[in-house]
Amino acid sequence: MNDEHRPYTLVAELTYRCPLRCVYCSNPLDYGRHVDGLDTAEWLRVFREAEELGVVQLHLTGGEPLVRDDLEPLVEGARALDLYTNLITSGIPLSRERLARFRSLGLDNVQVSIQDITASSSDRIAGSRVFDRKLEVARWVKELGFPLTINTVLHRDNLDHVEEIVALAEALSADRLELANTQYLGWALANRRALLPTAAQLDRARRASSAARARLRGKMEIVFVMPDYYSEFPKACMDGWGRRFVVVSPDGLALPCHVAHTLPGLVFENVKDRPLEAIWCDSPAFNAFRGEAWMPEPCRSCERRAIDFGGCRCQAFHLTRNAAATDPACSLSPDHGLIEAAREQALRAPSDGFEYRAPRSAVRT
Amino acid sequence: MIALDSRPRLAAKARIRFDRKTARYLLLYPERGLVLNPTAADVAKLCTGEHTVHAIVERLVEKYAPQPRDGVERDVMSFLATLTERGLMQADP
Ligand code: SF4
Ligand code: SF4
Repeated sequence: MNDEHRPYTLVAELTYRCPLRCVYCSNPLDYGRHVDGLDTAEWLRVFREAEELGVVQLHLTGGEPLVRDDLEPLVEGARALDLYTNLITSGIPLSRERLARFRSLGLDNVQVSIQDITASSSDRIAGSRVFDRKLEVARWVKELGFPLTINTVLHRDNLDHVEEIVALAEALSADRLELANTQYLGWALANRRALLPTAAQLDRARRASSAARARLRGKMEIVFVMPDYYSEFPKACMDGWGRRFVVVSPDGLALPCHVAHTLPGLVFENVKDRPLEAIWCDSPAFNAFRGEAWMPEPCRSCERRAIDFGGCRCQAFHLTRNAAATDPACSLSPDHGLIEAAREQALRAPSDGFEYRAPRSAVRT
Repeated sequence: MIALDSRPRLAAKARIRFDRKTARYLLLYPERGLVLNPTAADVAKLCTGEHTVHAIVERLVEKYAPQPRDGVERDVMSFLATLTERGLMQADP
């Protein structure tokens, strides 16, 4: 494979287990049916195969990676391969001693999610009382000498707090703040009516984050990820299908993105059965949406096709039932009315009930 | 601003790594990486907080002779400024 299809990042979803119940969780709705299928040695093999394929960045994520008790050898193995190793965590359950151990094993960066600026609003989104503990963990991260990334997923209940979120990240001496608008997949799609903001909210938040970015340049990096629902054109989802990212799910499926296995008709292969390189290079599922041959109009003749690659395949499927459709988030898509209707609903008839992430039967509050 | 007598040091979050695929050095930091050209890689490796910018320029002038000193100094300064802007470089006085 040439450089056009070289993964730089391995997203290792070590488990779907997590003590939290975030209403925007991007894990699949049926996560409870997937078990942790890879043991320590298998993950270490995956890291090695990924590094040989060109990967230099490793995200240890989930679910909650901390629930695995072999995280120590995994961090150690990753660093032995010189991978830039990033722990993506809710901070629960963690002791300061264990975090210090990760530090001495060479973990590079810690990303802690924070849901909002107060305990009550934050815990309502996470579905558990964890806010104060998260702040404590974030402080440990800095005390132990790690760089700290704070990640806040934005939606209608916290978008008006961007300035305060920035202030909180500053108070925690974060090196990087990700203000990522919710991607409406997984649990977030189920909760879209309660999460989707209005255009006016988004506009204010975007201006607040630009001002903060200019003010903090060189001190704290601020990334503001727009929601597709309010952009004229979609994002290059995962930098393009099977181009820069490879995700390995808890059960061992190699995927172009973390929800690709919710697409019907594609057979994703397991890293237990074949080496990662073989899967990356010639599995039909990885090749399904590479290049331009699969593209329908209007993408096929669109100037932006090499920029956004036609948008998100999973979003296309979950909204239109056709994974090969132009992403409806694109204003040129024939299905764009679906997005306009959701925006209209955000303005006139939002919901205030959440469906919390839970295995099998979901509980409404 | 980084001055000629300051001692630049890579930020804690940044790490240099050789990339076998492209035979270049990469500067890695959370979620991202920069591909360094050979001169930039030489500079980045010297940003340990021990050497002054002046000393770094000297080393490069030696290594890349007969390139003119002004040009080398300009390149080093602009590379350091870019990294500082991105929060990847700190300068000890
Ligand atoms: S989004 Fe929330 S519930 Fe989902 S894995 Fe992350 S912390 Fe757990
Ligand atoms: S038509 Fe397709 S390629 Fe063009 S902007 Fe929309 S999604 Fe992107």
